[in-house]
Amino acid sequence: MDIEENVVRSKDVKKVFTMGKISLEALKGINIEIKRGEYISIMGPSGSGKSTLFNMIGGLDKPTEGKVYIDEVDVAQLDAYELAWLRCRKIGYIFQTFNLIPVMTALENVTLPMVFAGMSTDDSMDKGVELLNTVGLGDRLQHKPLELSGGQQQRVAVARALANDPAIVLADEPTGNLDLKTGKEIIVLLRRLNKEKGVTIISATHDLKMLDVSDRIFWIRDGKIERVEERAGIKLEVGTVEGEE
Amino acid sequence: MADERRKVERQIVLPLSKAVEISFKSLRIRFWRSLITTSGIILGIAFLMSIFTNNLVHEGLLEEGTLEIKVRLQGEEVEFSARQIWLVSLSLLVCVVGITNAMLMSVTERYREIGTMKCLGALDSFIWKLFLLESLFQGLVGSILGVIVGGGFVILAGLLRYGGQVISTFPVLPFLGYALAVLAIGVVISIIGSLFPASQAARMVPAEAMRTEV
Ligand SMILES: Nc1ncnc2c1ncn2[C@@H]1O[C@H](COP(=O)(O)OP(=O)(O)O)[C@@H](O)[C@H]1O
Ligand SMILES: [Mg+2]
Repeated sequence: MDIEENVVRSKDVKKVFTMGKISLEALKGINIEIKRGEYISIMGPSGSGKSTLFNMIGGLDKPTEGKVYIDEVDVAQLDAYELAWLRCRKIGYIFQTFNLIPVMTALENVTLPMVFAGMSTDDSMDKGVELLNTVGLGDRLQHKPLELSGGQQQRVAVARALANDPAIVLADEPTGNLDLKTGKEIIVLLRRLNKEKGVTIISATHDLKMLDVSDRIFWIRDGKIERVEERAGIKLEVGTVEGEE
Repeated sequence: MADERRKVERQIVLPLSKAVEISFKSLRIRFWRSLITTSGIILGIAFLMSIFTNNLVHEGLLEEGTLEIKVRLQGEEVEFSARQIWLVSLSLLVCVVGITNAMLMSVTERYREIGTMKCLGALDSFIWKLFLLESLFQGLVGSILGVIVGGGFVILAGLLRYGGQVISTFPVLPFLGYALAVLAIGVVISIIGSLFPASQAARMVPAEAMRTEV
């Protein structure tokens, strides 16, 4: 209940898109509080505003009204340099379409955020290799994205999201372009990293497989949080997930 | 402790060498595509250079060539005529438009890539540098090739038409001067042509870039 612990907090966030004369209220006053280390799923049908909320929390777009706080810092108050630092160091992003840089190898993709953070080439290479090992791609370092399967590309994206040890990993439909089994693998991987590294995971999804691993689920519909579901007995759930062959 | 992690710092500005490295790599990998852009510059610059070189060839022959050649050259252009200036301006304009077009395409093509880089912590200035450097490389390579192609072609044609005198009477120093000037023009043109696309790329909001459907 302590505000200090909120790694993400939003207050009456509204977002209106105006296209010519038509305006569309994609978010209609969102209030959420997310604690450090939580695994959160934002569930809702297509068009309910998940991606829009994702962009607000991730500092990728500005709310029309209301405030977003990351580690209790008002994102709207940040200048371009601070915002870039936030995106680089505090938040890791995972997208439905993977969004790897096509001309770069897996390793180069993973090290890019470290380059932006000013890390030396040697250090970033070491860390990149370590991260790709963590996600099970230690033997694919020099492969280009197009030479990798969808699941492998998403693993690279997960490794890249973790490059600068972010406090938060934001994932927008991370399993949306993957088949059932590969999707499940990514979910298990995210949950494992959440446990091992203590990184907060916030995932927008309509993939029901996510329910099993989430600490809390925000159900969103028409730009509003419909209900928040707390999961009891999480440890038990994790046990079953990790126990699966 | 809690305060420690709450602090937001300022993103560092990367050294230019990093931008050079990344833009160079991206050009190398998109080799054929960049060659198409570059070929536009090559053509424009070759055209410009051929006009200059042609005038120089005639100038040399008129000053030091045999009488017979001088008679043959009566009425040929040595100084810049209004027609030439018009042609040159037009070809340069075509170059600028061509580059702008090619760079705009390259920006649209890489919408998602640019958005992703911004999500990973790229500053606007870095995106600027990336696109300016890319067209700078293309402009440089294209201009060098254009100078060689344009100058070489005219000298070769002169050799066929007037024989070896073309070489012996050729004003080498003025030619080098023109070559350098044309090189500079080529580079400046490619930078001018990429200013607008680069600013488009740099100003892009990451959320906007991510939304674009594949
Ligand atoms: N940039 C935009 N311009 C106009 N409308 C948008 C924009 N982004 C999202 N929307 C609209 O906002 C609503 C919520 O979209 P979105 O957040 O992408 O939903 P979800 O990710 O849950 O599928 C949709 O009706 C969508 O059409
Ligand atoms: Mg979406």
